[in-house]
Amino acid sequence: MVKIHDRKFVSADPDKCVGCQICEYICSYTKDKAFNPIKSRIRVVRINQLVNMPVTCRLCEDPPCVKACPRDSLTQSEETGTMSVDKDKCNGCGWCIEACDYGAIMLHPEKKVVYVCDLCKDQGEPQCIKWCPEEALDLVTSDVLAQKARLTAVKKLFHEAMKS
Amino acid sequence: MMFGYAGRVLHVDLSNGKTSVEPLNEDYAKKYIGGIGLGIRMWLDHSKPGVDPFSPDNPLLLIIGPISGTMWPTGGNGHAFVSKSPQSYGVGEAKAHGSFGTELKRAGYDVVILKGKAENPVYLWIDDDSVQLMDASQLWGKSPAETEDAIREELGDYYIRVAAIGVAGEKLSRIACIINDKTRAAGRTGLGAVMGSKNLKAIAVRGTRDITVAKPEEFMEYLKEFHERMKGPATQKYRTLGTPENVLVHNSLSCMPTRNYNNSRFEGAEKVSGENLNEKYVAKIIGCSSCAMRCEHMCVVAEGPYEKTMTRMEYETLWAFGPYCGVDRLDAIIKGMELSNYYGIDAISAGVIVGFAMDCYERGILTQAELDGLDAKFGNADAMVKLVEKIGKREGVGELLADGVKVAAEKIGKGSGKLAAHIKGVETTGYDLRALKTAALGFAVSFRGADHNRHGAYAFDVKGKVNRLIAEKGRGKLVRDMEDTYNLIDSFIVCKFSRGTYYKELDDLAKLYRLVTGFEMTPEELKRAGERIQNAARLFNVREGLGRKDDNLPWKVMNEPIPDEGPSKGAFVTQAELDLLLDDYYEARGWSREGVPTEAKLKELGMDDLLGLARKGAEA
Repeated sequence: MVKIHDRKFVSADPDKCVGCQICEYICSYTKDKAFNPIKSRIRVVRINQLVNMPVTCRLCEDPPCVKACPRDSLTQSEETGTMSVDKDKCNGCGWCIEACDYGAIMLHPEKKVVYVCDLCKDQGEPQCIKWCPEEALDLVTSDVLAQKARLTAVKKLFHEAMKS
Repeated sequence: MMFGYAGRVLHVDLSNGKTSVEPLNEDYAKKYIGGIGLGIRMWLDHSKPGVDPFSPDNPLLLIIGPISGTMWPTGGNGHAFVSKSPQSYGVGEAKAHGSFGTELKRAGYDVVILKGKAENPVYLWIDDDSVQLMDASQLWGKSPAETEDAIREELGDYYIRVAAIGVAGEKLSRIACIINDKTRAAGRTGLGAVMGSKNLKAIAVRGTRDITVAKPEEFMEYLKEFHERMKGPATQKYRTLGTPENVLVHNSLSCMPTRNYNNSRFEGAEKVSGENLNEKYVAKIIGCSSCAMRCEHMCVVAEGPYEKTMTRMEYETLWAFGPYCGVDRLDAIIKGMELSNYYGIDAISAGVIVGFAMDCYERGILTQAELDGLDAKFGNADAMVKLVEKIGKREGVGELLADGVKVAAEKIGKGSGKLAAHIKGVETTGYDLRALKTAALGFAVSFRGADHNRHGAYAFDVKGKVNRLIAEKGRGKLVRDMEDTYNLIDSFIVCKFSRGTYYKELDDLAKLYRLVTGFEMTPEELKRAGERIQNAARLFNVREGLGRKDDNLPWKVMNEPIPDEGPSKGAFVTQAELDLLLDDYYEARGWSREGVPTEAKLKELGMDDLLGLARKGAEA
C-alpha cells in the first residue's frame, strides 16, 4: 500500500493562474474528444479579475464522496488515491456532489453518471498540467505542498535580511 | 454536420418577442468567414438604405467566428457586433474577447440578428435552444458588471456569460459600448447606443454543446506549435509591459497626440509610462478563454483620492485620459477608465472628448459655468475624472458631450469643429497622424471611422519601414494589404495581439481554417476573402451615403503643423498629400476615383450579388 504522503494530486497556484480555462478545454478534449468546459474534471473559478483558481479533486483522505454514495459506486484507489466510478452502479443521484466541499465531482450531462479527475491515468500524466501555459498547475503530494509553503513563509520572513 | 461553424442563425424580434432559427448560409460563411465579415454582409441583407441607426429597423448583429469555442490560442474567445453606427452613419463594428463568444458557440449559434424594439427594458436569455426575453426593469441603471452579476444571481448559474450596456447605452450616448466579462468592451462606433435604442439591456448566454473540429489530431498538433509560438517573441510585448509600452515609444518619435493635438509629445510621459504603470499599479495579468498568452493588465489603485479603483488598462485609453488631456497622474487615468466601464462608454472616445472640452475651455469657447464650474484646464486630473463621470451619466455638460466631439462641436459652434478630432464622427486614437503618413491614409479610409485597428498601418511608420513624414505612391498598397489581413483577423476571430504568431500569415490562417472547418481554403482564396470583406464594408458605407469626401482627417492634422522640437517638427498633412494618398489607395483597391468599388472588381471577387449597390454608388 502506498503511504498517504506519496499520493499526488493536481494543485493550482492562484498567483500564477490567469483564468484562461485551457485546463478545462484540454481535460474535456482528453476525456470526451470535444471542447466543452462542462465536461471538464477541472473547473476554473474567477471570483473577480484578481482571483483566479482552478479546482479539481483533492484525493481526500477518508473521502466524503465515497462515504456519501448509497450504492457503493465510488471507490478510492489504495495505490493512487483517485476515485473511480462504477458506471453500472451510479444512478446520478448526486449525493457525492453534495458531499464534496470543493465541487470537484460532477454529473456528466450525457452519460448521467458522475465523473471526477483520475489524473489522466491512461495518458501517463495529467494533461491539464502539461498544457497549462502559466505552469500554474502541479502534481504534488501534501507533504511537498507543506514544504513549499514553509519555504515561502520563511523566505518572506527573512526577505529583507537576505537582501542586506 | 458543419465543423467550426455552429451552422445556425438566431433571429430575435424584440418588438413582438418572436424568435426563429435558420441555417447559416454556407456560401456566405466561406466567402466572409465570420465575425465582422459575415456581419457586414448579413447586415446589408437585413436592412434598408438610409435606415436611422436608432430605428427598430436597424438590425444589431452579434457574430462569432469558425474558431470560436475551440481551444485555439485567442481564437476561441472573440465575438463581434455589427450595425449601422450612430457616430459615422456607416459601418459600425466592434469586437471583444473574454469568454462570451465561446458560450454562444456552445449554445449553437454563429449569428444573432436583433431587430425591433422592446416596449420595456428586457434582456435576452439564450440557454442553448431555449431563447427568451426577460424583464430587465431591475437592471436598468446598473453598470455592465453589476448587470452580469445580477443576471447570474437571478438565473442561478455562475458560468453564464453576459454582454451588457451601461447607463450610457440606455441614454443613447453615441459613444456607448457593449461590455462582457466585466472589463472587455466592444468599444468603438457607439453600438451600445444601438442596443439601448432597442431597450435591450443585456445578452446572457449559456451553451452546453460540444465543440469539435474537422481534423482533431492535426489540429492538436498545430495547436501545440502555436502554444510555443505564443510564448515566444511575437507576443512578448503583450505579456510584459503590455500596450502601454507605446507611451515612451510614441513620445520619443513625437507622434503622441497631446492636449487635443496641440502638441505631439508630452512632458509628463515618464510619469504615465507603461513602465511606471506596471511598477506601481498592475496587480495581476489575466487571460481570456483559451488564450495561452494573457495580456489583460489589471490595475489597482490602493490609496489616494481614487482609492479602491480596479480596471484593465491599455495604451489607447491611457493615452486618451492622460497625454491627450495633459494629465500626468496614473491613478486618475485608471479612474477615468473604470468610470468608462461603469457607465459603458468607449474610453478612447471619452478621453478625446474631455481633451476637446479642455481645449474649448482654454480657448474661451466653453466657459467654466458651461462646464458645470469645473476649471477644466489641460492637466487638471480631477476635472478630467469629473467630466468622464458627467459624460457617462449624461448629466450637466455631459449632455452636451455624450454624443462625441462631432455632435458636440455642431452644438457649440464658434469654430469648435476645428478642435474636434474625429474621422467620420468617430474620435481619433493615440497616433499623431501628422507625423505618421501611412497611418494617416489608413485612418482616413478606415470603414469604421478613425481607427488604428482596421489596418495597423502605423507599424510601417513607427518601425521606420517607410519615411513616415512624407506621402508618396505605394502607401495605398501597403494599407490595402494590411486591411485585408486585419479583416481576416476580425472575421476568424483571432486576437490582434496574437497576429505575430502567424509567421506565414495567410498560409497559417488558411491551414487553421481547413483544420477547423474541413472546408477547402487556399491562402490565395483567403486573401480574396479579406479583400471581399473590405469591398462589402465599402459598399455598406457607399449605400449609406459615405464616399471620398468622408475619407478625411481631423482639421488640426491638416492645418496645424507639429510645434514641438524634435523629429516631427513642422509635420502635417496637406490636402494635396491626402488626395495623392487616396488616389493611390483607390487605385490599389481597383475602385473608382470617388472610392466606389467597380463592377469589375466585384465580379473578380465573386460578389455579383452586390453589383446593384456598386452601380447606385457610381451614379450618386
